[in-house]
Amino acid sequence: GVSAETPSKSLAMNEDSAAPTPTRPTGKSKQQLNIRAELEKRQGGKPLLNLVVIGHVDAGKSTLMGHLLYLLGNVNKRTMHKYEQESKKAGKASFAYAWVLDETGEERDRGVTMDVGMTKFETDSKVITLMDAPGHKDFIPNMITGAAQADVAVLVVDASRGEFEAGFEAGGQTREHGLLVRSLGVTQLAVAVNKMDQVNWYQERFRDIVSKLGHFLKQAGFKDSDVFYIPTSGLSGENLTTRSKVADLTAWYTGPCLLEQIDAFKPPQRSVEKPFRLCVSDVFKDQGSGFCVTGKIEAGFIQTGDKVLAMPPNETCTVKGITLHDEALDWAAAGDHVSLTVTGMDIIKINVGCIFCDPKEAIRACTRFRARILLFNIEVPITQGFPVLLHYQTVSEPATIRKLVSVLHKSSGEVLKKKPKCLSKGQNAVVEIQTQRPVALELYKDYKELGRFMLRYVGSTIAAGVVTEVKGSTYPPFPTKHIVILYSSAFFDIAS
Amino acid sequence: MKLVHKDIEKDNAGQVTLIPEEAEDMWHTYNLLQVGDSLRASTIRKVQTESSTGSVGSSRVRTTLTLCVETIDFDSQACQLRVKGTNIQENQYVKMGAYHTIELELNRKFTLAKKVWDSVVLDRIEQACDPAQKADVAAVVMQEGLANLVLVTPAMTLLRAKVEVTIPRKRKGSCTQHDKALERFYEAVMQGILRHFSFDVVKCILVASPGFVKDQFISYLFKEAVRQDCKILLENRSKFMVVHSSSGHKYSLKEVLCDPAVTARLSDTKAAGEVKAFEDFYKMLQQEPDRAFYGLAHVERASEALAVDILLISDKLFRHQDIATRSRYVRLVDNVKENGGNVRIFSSLHVSGDQLNQLSGVAAILRFPIADVSEQSSEEC
Repeated sequence: GVSAETPSKSLAMNEDSAAPTPTRPTGKSKQQLNIRAELEKRQGGKPLLNLVVIGHVDAGKSTLMGHLLYLLGNVNKRTMHKYEQESKKAGKASFAYAWVLDETGEERDRGVTMDVGMTKFETDSKVITLMDAPGHKDFIPNMITGAAQADVAVLVVDASRGEFEAGFEAGGQTREHGLLVRSLGVTQLAVAVNKMDQVNWYQERFRDIVSKLGHFLKQAGFKDSDVFYIPTSGLSGENLTTRSKVADLTAWYTGPCLLEQIDAFKPPQRSVEKPFRLCVSDVFKDQGSGFCVTGKIEAGFIQTGDKVLAMPPNETCTVKGITLHDEALDWAAAGDHVSLTVTGMDIIKINVGCIFCDPKEAIRACTRFRARILLFNIEVPITQGFPVLLHYQTVSEPATIRKLVSVLHKSSGEVLKKKPKCLSKGQNAVVEIQTQRPVALELYKDYKELGRFMLRYVGSTIAAGVVTEVKGSTYPPFPTKHIVILYSSAFFDIAS
Repeated sequence: MKLVHKDIEKDNAGQVTLIPEEAEDMWHTYNLLQVGDSLRASTIRKVQTESSTGSVGSSRVRTTLTLCVETIDFDSQACQLRVKGTNIQENQYVKMGAYHTIELELNRKFTLAKKVWDSVVLDRIEQACDPAQKADVAAVVMQEGLANLVLVTPAMTLLRAKVEVTIPRKRKGSCTQHDKALERFYEAVMQGILRHFSFDVVKCILVASPGFVKDQFISYLFKEAVRQDCKILLENRSKFMVVHSSSGHKYSLKEVLCDPAVTARLSDTKAAGEVKAFEDFYKMLQQEPDRAFYGLAHVERASEALAVDILLISDKLFRHQDIATRSRYVRLVDNVKENGGNVRIFSSLHVSGDQLNQLSGVAAILRFPIADVSEQSSEEC
């Protein structure tokens, strides 16, 4: 495991909790916290940033971040030594750093990250929630969940001969990941051109990669001024937390190291004033009564004792405890990735993809909605009735494209054609999507963060979109029996 | 399905006597029946008897009734066919014109009489009675926390069980909950397999998933089989086949059936053939959109121009109870056949048939491109 060895941080926390804490609300009314002021105070002036690490499989994401964490002192030496010994015994000596984040037996055995590994570290001016995403094509649904919660991203590419090309070509994940994070709202990107030691820190190779990637990222919608390129070596640790002294590199590179670049990211504006919204990314039973849900607060804030409504199940519960990075808090706000302990509801009713909201200003749930989508490079044209997988926040739900409403002009948005026969790659279109089960979602114009989604088909992402209109029934009395029966179908026969 | 007696002339009245032998035959019969046909079968009728003392009692009597069909109901999960109609033949228990619902039973003969026997229906009788087409494939399409257990027969894809479990994600320092939940999930899927798949009928069991779930599951399955000494699993070990799919949802079955390793092993599953034809249509739509049409009006126009090479049509359209519309579809099929084209009738119960239904139910790949003239005419998609 990773022990939190950040003495300076814990001191700061203690100081803050010694400061006048907001008094526990007695009745059911929410305390009128000046939430922005509290947020500033809590971090000791350090804003929270959610960072996702993406890139093609074997680009070295886990090793890069694992090594970074180690250099920052977040992994104690004995644990690191244990990883080194065990990984060598398993014949995977070069994976020692990756084991800081890849913790399941399966991941270590196969040397592959399968699910998003989450942890935290600090830079000079920020507190970073780190999400290490899997790079393998099969695990993209998990990667999307991580990326949906991110504010900024680090894209890792392998500089070795042939490897960058493999990741960047049509079948590789470099492009898909880049498109996905952009479509999910990330605007700032640091590209770690990794394994540069394998090419002897050769400047031409770096320039070549920068120009190819730059062209692609610009097309994807990233502004040149918001993308930064850093040469690194995850395995040897060069240029991660301190500027490298390697002569081959310093001869031509005078830019920041990776940590400095991460520190320089601009924190996004948090919608703390909007009604509370949290997307559930994990559900589990902890000690004590009730159960825990983890997720990122997308809007608003929450306090212990608050009543929250879960949609689409349409059930309320009470928040008994809030944990942020293993520390118990009285309140948490937009941008925080927290664990909530809740009581008053059956754990069976909640699954990954539910959204917790303010009961007074609840989120809508529906099975049918209209959206504006942008089609990626698709191999088959999209027709009516096309089955897709809808990825919205932490939800992944089978759906069909019920209606092809119109094709729009890429830049002006005017309607080019009504009721098209089919849609092909690169087009901008308005469609109606129907899901099998209700999904809770918001319109893009109300909540930028909660209005985006992705469509996937047969293992590839085919489109990114924004929700423009909710159709059909909203607040359907969600058949809670549905989940119960399916759960117990594990034990009872219901199919016949 | 066994054919006992056939007395039919094409495009004329006639009758046929059949014995359904397995669940799939019920599906075929469902596609044969039309409102207005006459169905004769053995059924159970509740009869009110009035004794001499005036007391009323009821008893259940088995008798053979001939009905004029009015409503047809098919339960795809249980594969049961219920036909409601009015009695049109004198019977000692049932008055003429009285309503009755027959639930067709396996291994009992029934006689179906129609006013007009068209080519589509005759083809289906042949298909149903063909003993060669009996490949049954079982498939488990899964991902972490979700598994669909599906049985694929030549004409139907039946969802036998669905297992859905929330699996906690790996967390910093604690993976035990994740591992435990995963084991419980595998256990549930294993129970599902043992309960729903009959190993004597099934030729092959496909286990498909993205990532490594399938491999993990197979090793769990056989480890448990050895531990519990489950003979049936151990004997049928060779039937299990591991395949890659992009998700655990039911429609991923399409990819599984198209996988070359699978097609090599199961050379002729009708389902796979349908999926391939459908994929070909989409490829044509992408490459030469003027050679791929869908929607009745468009396809009819193409057929009139003698341009249809392959016609893809869903069997749902032949269950349309309006005779005029139905004969329009039959005419289309006949026309295409006469002009040397191929007709593929898709079963609505298969994944690709379902998708074709969404796309209006009829599509065609043409021999030569035809310009899309009426773009403004709105299709009733």
